[in-house]
Amino acid sequence: MRISVQWLQEWLQIDETPEALGHRLTMAGLELDALEPAAPAFSGVRVGHVVAVEPHPDADRLRVCRVEAGEAEPLTIVCGAPNVHQGMRAPVAVIGAVLPGDFRIKRSKLRGVASEGMLCSARELGLAEDAAGLMALPEGLEAGVDLREALGLDDTILEVDLTPNRADCLGMRGIARECSALLDRALHAPEWPEPKVSLEARIAVESGDAAACPLYGARVFEGLDAKAATPLWMTERLRRAGVRPLSAIVDVTNYVMLELGQPLHAFDADRIGDQIQVRWGKEGEALTLLGGDQTVKLSPQDLVIADVERPLALAGVMGGADSAVSDTTTRVVLECAHFAPRALAGRARAHGLHTDASHRFERGVDPTLVAQAMARATQLLLEICGGRCGPVAQVGESPATHGEQAIGLRSERIQRLLGVSLEAPEVERILQALDCRVERAADGWTVHAPRARFDLEREEDLVEELARVHGYDALPQTLPKPVAPALPATGLRSLRTGLSRQGFHEVISFSFIAREAASAFYPDVEPLALANPISSDLAVMRPGLWPGLVTTAAYNQARQQSDLRLFEHGLRFVPDASGLRQEPRLAGLLGGRASLENWEGEARRLDFFDAKGVVEGLCKRVDGTLGFRMERHPALHDGQSARVLVAGAAVGWVGRLHPALCERFDVEPVFLFDLDAAAVTHAPVAQFTPLSAYPSIRRDLALVVADTVAAGDVLAAIDELDLELLQDVRLFDVYQGKGLNPDEKSLALGLILRAFDRTLGEQDVAGVTDSVVQHLQAQFNATLRQ
Amino acid sequence: MEQLQQLVAEARERIEGATDLKALDEVRVHYLGKKGALTAQLKELGKLPAEERPAAGQKVNEAKTEVAGLIEARKEALAQSALAEQLAGEKVDVTLPGRRLADGALHPITQTLERIEAFFGGLGFQVAEGPEVEDDFHNFEALNIPEHHPARAMHDTFYFDAHRVLRTHTSPVQIRTMEQQRPPLRVIAPGRVYRCDSDLTHSPMFHQVEGLCVDTDITFADLRGVLSAFLQAFFDRDDLATRFRPSYFPFTEPSAEVDIQCVHCGGEGCRVCSHTGWLEVMGCGMVHPNVLGHVGIDAEQYTGFAFGLGVERMAMLRHGVNDLRLFFDNDIRFIGQFGQTG
Repeated sequence: MRISVQWLQEWLQIDETPEALGHRLTMAGLELDALEPAAPAFSGVRVGHVVAVEPHPDADRLRVCRVEAGEAEPLTIVCGAPNVHQGMRAPVAVIGAVLPGDFRIKRSKLRGVASEGMLCSARELGLAEDAAGLMALPEGLEAGVDLREALGLDDTILEVDLTPNRADCLGMRGIARECSALLDRALHAPEWPEPKVSLEARIAVESGDAAACPLYGARVFEGLDAKAATPLWMTERLRRAGVRPLSAIVDVTNYVMLELGQPLHAFDADRIGDQIQVRWGKEGEALTLLGGDQTVKLSPQDLVIADVERPLALAGVMGGADSAVSDTTTRVVLECAHFAPRALAGRARAHGLHTDASHRFERGVDPTLVAQAMARATQLLLEICGGRCGPVAQVGESPATHGEQAIGLRSERIQRLLGVSLEAPEVERILQALDCRVERAADGWTVHAPRARFDLEREEDLVEELARVHGYDALPQTLPKPVAPALPATGLRSLRTGLSRQGFHEVISFSFIAREAASAFYPDVEPLALANPISSDLAVMRPGLWPGLVTTAAYNQARQQSDLRLFEHGLRFVPDASGLRQEPRLAGLLGGRASLENWEGEARRLDFFDAKGVVEGLCKRVDGTLGFRMERHPALHDGQSARVLVAGAAVGWVGRLHPALCERFDVEPVFLFDLDAAAVTHAPVAQFTPLSAYPSIRRDLALVVADTVAAGDVLAAIDELDLELLQDVRLFDVYQGKGLNPDEKSLALGLILRAFDRTLGEQDVAGVTDSVVQHLQAQFNATLRQ
Repeated sequence: MEQLQQLVAEARERIEGATDLKALDEVRVHYLGKKGALTAQLKELGKLPAEERPAAGQKVNEAKTEVAGLIEARKEALAQSALAEQLAGEKVDVTLPGRRLADGALHPITQTLERIEAFFGGLGFQVAEGPEVEDDFHNFEALNIPEHHPARAMHDTFYFDAHRVLRTHTSPVQIRTMEQQRPPLRVIAPGRVYRCDSDLTHSPMFHQVEGLCVDTDITFADLRGVLSAFLQAFFDRDDLATRFRPSYFPFTEPSAEVDIQCVHCGGEGCRVCSHTGWLEVMGCGMVHPNVLGHVGIDAEQYTGFAFGLGVERMAMLRHGVNDLRLFFDNDIRFIGQFGQTG
């Protein structure tokens, strides 16, 4: 909403600077977006009266004008504007004038004729975006008067951002009411003469739905001059409000909407039938809208204004092209009606429309304005376009000024919500200034809200009004009574920190990805698709975190950053028979060098076992034994892919990105892991186990097994023995080659033995070693390497 | 006895001439060993008259002690120089770069969330979570935003079908919490939220933290106190000015937006704050009775406040990040700038 301070002053006295007024509005919930002058800075421009126009002796397109501009003699001014004519009033920039853009007017010669100034267009003065010729000024203006003074251009526009609950402020009247409450200053509503009814003509109106359209008024005008010029004061106000002047009839309806907040619509009476109905649309009906560019298909959810034959307008949204007023219109039916917000909610949007009218009706227009706006518009139309008008044909009763619903307001409730009590006179002053009807009640007040305030329905709404006008910052600040602090959950936090200390960068990638990426990584999942994706790259909910990590790796590799360790924590979205699983995952990616490049020589490349080591680290505290099982995943290298198991249950994957996907996503070889975040973050609390005071003994064994035997199975088999003295087993070498058969390998194991009650002897060592060797011999046909 | 003096002088010469421990030990054996020259002098004592023996013996012993002392000193000197030689050989260029792990870092959004959680945790707010694919009821209806409410148009919602949307804010977690727990309640709900909007200053996915506090005696004054304290703590400025402006959210009444004094210009007015001196950072208000009603909490008995803040905005202000999109490009040069120390 753009508010001209000058216009506002017609309603109440404003002593504040525009900045101070803007601040007061902001602090009352009407946020000031911008302050701008009504016209850019210029000086030396006066009202000019063109008293003579003669052709230029040397140029066909130029004219030599004599312009009265308050000097002793008329000025001679050479002008090229096509619309210059004798008798017209137009702005004249005299010698020494400075126009917007620091354009100085100097004495000059145009094709040999001296010019003592310049006649100006609205564009040259920064008052319009474009202009066909000179800016025509009204006849009444006295030549020589400074133009800024004549047009009241020293005005400021406050652009205010209104929240959807404050539709009452979508008109100057409402803004003035608000300002009067905020500034505690009397409101002086301007008074307008009652229009004179001098015609019998009236149009029949009926409303087919009293809930959707409780009030509909229409009035017939005849003998209007549609080509009449809109008075400058009105076009100036429209301009300052951001509305483009079009033609007198339309300008009047727009002006009244800006003034009072009530949208109106004018039909060309000769292009509609003699009966108006408000009814719901019918399937198959269509309406070409004003301007003629768009035809909407109507449905039974659309409220329409129709004559007997066809729909004429989308009620409260926009009129139809067929029945619109034009230059040749002489007879008009002026509509002024109330439509319920509920009836129009979402309809404009459903047709891709958003109009000044729909914006207001959807939020709620004061129904008591119907009669007032009709009277005001009638008076203005007759004044500007001449002609005569008939009586108002109306369906529905004009409502009382205040809502019927009594809202109880308890002083105790004010205290309970705001934490402070407000004095009774202050409560009453604020509510009355906001046009509420206030009566004292036993525990507070009974309040009736004005019709304009659709947002005042209950006690809390009134408390907000009190707080708002009183000023939020004038209310106290306290802290609620202390309670025990909440400790943060440490599981995820420590894993994340641990990863970052291992050189991992945490990334946050979009939860939606391209469908192709989803199916490349997770061909078995039909991903959940957005109905209105922002682009095809962000179309489906990710069934896993790898596509985001791989895309991020490619992004970084393309920026010469190839040594990567990345991780992400977030939800994956997997639709299944029971609905949608939204599960937190902890996933990561590794690629490039294993250590920082340094002066000691080439660093090792990261491989599968680095990724696996990270997983082992993350799973160190899981509830159950950690295991890995060779298994294929569609996104992983067939030979370097494993399931991660905790207590036998699958909790994730680790492996190398499949070379086909590397190529497809333009990424160098990388290794991936993906874990059920819940499984790895909910670690049981660490429990102490006693430490042995006795030394440990290490015994190394080299065992030869078949090449096909998995090392993990060998370790698991030793674990199965559950030998009390065996504290740890370290696999410190895997050897194949010289000295062994080609289908054999040697595993070097370090057995760490320790007891809690004594220092172990050779006998103990032999016992454990023999058990291990025998067991592995039985299980894997293992032999001690000679 | 002259011989003795000569022996000592000779020994001294040979000791000083010994360049390693082995040579020195040969000298020791030569003079002090069982068959050594000085040891032999002792044996000579028997040949002296009895009355001369003690004095002569003492002399020999003194000579032996002297030579032993010289040997010890020489030994020490040789050890010293051997060590010095070893150390010289082990010298490194201390200006070569140290050997360490590559630096990693938590995402600045995570760090910002942890900071927020830490503050509210101290006031007894528990962290709550909710689904990101949310139903219409929790995202809108229960928050007093019925269908066709103008506020819905402001949300630019991503939807899947008639009933499921990507949550447009973390506020549905308020509802889910109150469905499961009764007051007194203190929770915050951090998480990802989604709006169908993407340009320089809007990301289709971003993060919010929702807060909710419900008890029998919670007031708007408490809301102001908690949020002012939070903002001052978050920005490490106990003189940071805040202001509460009336605003509108369907699920709170009264509602407010919270501005802080521009942290860039200190309130003077600059590009960051659009020359207003203030930055809008949060929305908040007293929980609307309809919202309490939806989850069966008696609005006469209980009152509460709720707030929501944009995490990216807070992170941008705290760390001086000037482009929202950097958070989701995940360039490790960007994330690495927020590496933690210690």
